[in-house]
Amino acid sequence: MTKKKDGLTLVRRLALAPYSAWALLFIVVPLFFVAYYAFTDNSFHFTFSNITRFFTATSEVSGNGGVTKEVHTYLVIFFRSLKLAVISTIICLAAGYPMAYLLSRASDRTQKILITLIMIPMWMNFLIRTYAWMTILQDTGILNSLLRSIGLGPVHVIGTETAVVIGMVYDYFPYMILPIYSVMAKMDLKLLEAARDLGCNSFQVLRRVIFPLSLPGVISGITMVLIPSISTFYISQKLGNGKFYLIGDAIEGQYVANNLHFAAAIAFILMVILLVCMAFMQRFANSKASVQ
Amino acid sequence: MRKIIELKNISKAFDGETVLDNISLDIYDNEFLTLLGPSGCGKTTTLRIIAGFEQPDEGSVLFLGEDIASLPPHKRNVNTVFQRYALFPHLNVYENVAFPLRVKKEDDAEIHQKVSEMLKLVALAGFEKRSVTSLSGGQQQRVAIARALVGRPKVLLLDEPLAALDLKLRKDMQQELKNIQKATGITFVFVTHDQEEALSMSDTVVVMSEGKIQQIGTPIDIYNEPKNAFVADFIGESNIVNGIMLEDRKVRFSGHVFDCVDAGFGKNEAVDVVVRPEDVDIVPEEKGMLKGEVSSVTFLGVYYEIIVDIAGFKWMIQTTDFVDVGEKIGLYIEPDAIHIMHKSQYSGMFGDYSSFSNEFDELSDAEVEVEE
Repeated sequence: MTKKKDGLTLVRRLALAPYSAWALLFIVVPLFFVAYYAFTDNSFHFTFSNITRFFTATSEVSGNGGVTKEVHTYLVIFFRSLKLAVISTIICLAAGYPMAYLLSRASDRTQKILITLIMIPMWMNFLIRTYAWMTILQDTGILNSLLRSIGLGPVHVIGTETAVVIGMVYDYFPYMILPIYSVMAKMDLKLLEAARDLGCNSFQVLRRVIFPLSLPGVISGITMVLIPSISTFYISQKLGNGKFYLIGDAIEGQYVANNLHFAAAIAFILMVILLVCMAFMQRFANSKASVQ
Repeated sequence: MRKIIELKNISKAFDGETVLDNISLDIYDNEFLTLLGPSGCGKTTTLRIIAGFEQPDEGSVLFLGEDIASLPPHKRNVNTVFQRYALFPHLNVYENVAFPLRVKKEDDAEIHQKVSEMLKLVALAGFEKRSVTSLSGGQQQRVAIARALVGRPKVLLLDEPLAALDLKLRKDMQQELKNIQKATGITFVFVTHDQEEALSMSDTVVVMSEGKIQQIGTPIDIYNEPKNAFVADFIGESNIVNGIMLEDRKVRFSGHVFDCVDAGFGKNEAVDVVVRPEDVDIVPEEKGMLKGEVSSVTFLGVYYEIIVDIAGFKWMIQTTDFVDVGEKIGLYIEPDAIHIMHKSQYSGMFGDYSSFSNEFDELSDAEVEVEE
């Protein structure tokens, strides 16, 4: 690695300089500040208290039947975020994988049209899309008028976890399908022929060749859906009617309340947890890819 | 000998363009058969029909007497070595070779024994754990062969497997493939556009052009007794001139009456006459049956390749005697060096060296069918 760096010519280093400066300024420095704020108090003395607060802070919630019980506030929020994000990711994967596969086998023209259709919503503002879903899912919204017209009773969706999941799936679905599609489109069709030639039926071709070869796309799809959906705050506020406080909402709330150090601590903990998850998944993918 | 595969009156068109035109071919047990022809002659399509990747529009494919037209590739007892190997990049060498056995869910001990045996056969013992992407082209080729053979197919199909290798390696692999075929006793159906490769490896050569089989025979038959001008030109070098068969064993061409060994043509039938460049002797002008002027000389190591202008028709002659450009020489041709062919659609298209250049010839030889 160092040898390679030594081999870089001056020209190349100069060419890299703007990117290096950009990365330093907008990635490394902010990360450093997040960590710095997370481990300091208001007078910038070193402390673990922000971190421990995340794990120990409690609050009282009223459960069923008016019984109040004490819960770990931020752990509850974290696991709620994790649950909704994982559900959304699983739905995206389950719907996106077969779609990406069919897409990659379609004619060039169909592929172009469908990819454009998938991308078009991404050109529209995120907030507008979320507002649109509010209109659709409201008790008197488009969904319920449709249901009524075919004689089905109204469903209450807005303000439920289901609504939040719908919003997340809709917003992040392209980030699942595109990386999987791009891996599958590049796949050498001769490999699939070889698999059939060597005795695989269609299902075995999928299991033994297509799936293992598409894993890099699946991993990046999962990453690109899981991470933004675990840290989102806007969708839960609008579609969950603010009833489902998520980790992103917690960070935002602390930040707005000028609790910068605790906001940084939550962000820092979330980041560490996600990094560990990603490292674990990458490892899983590598082991899966090299050993059958 | 037992017929393994019979192709009967196979026709195939892609987008209205005929690729195979009423082809019939028998493939026998334990033979090394080569489908030889230029790009677009239909040889790869023939192979894909045998493998099951393409369905013939017309005709039937019999495997040991049974029609397999509707059998998908994974149910055929036939395996393929693909042109660019198509090794699975997510599996190491051992697992690539073990792939067909894993699909059949054989037990680990059995798989281990078979894979080890195969890797030994292709001289890759010790490479088990290597990633296939780290191998050289020749090594990848061997993995592909081992993978295709490990399930003991009745027939192995090879689609231009040596095209991507450099010349030296290709020669070694030719020999090795021949040895593997002998050692395993499996029928090989080999596709190539390289006539030298076809002649040196095969028991049977099938020469194809424009979707039709031009000739089927042993390499020696194909070389010595080509059926028409296309075969004569495609296999080796040939001077092909117009002639008149005066009577059995007497033919006139280039203004001279020659004795030959062919018979059974009509009286005064117009024919194509083939004379191989190495079968012409150079003699002093006054003693020659034909007389001409040397128009170019190329030194090729073992021999000189000279072009001689005989009454406007350019002959190619390979000789170890040195002659100079502009020299007037005589040509002497033995009766058994003359081969007579009936006229065909290819008459007049080949066999004149007036526009010949070595470089051009190699360029067109190097053409590889990537996708058909």
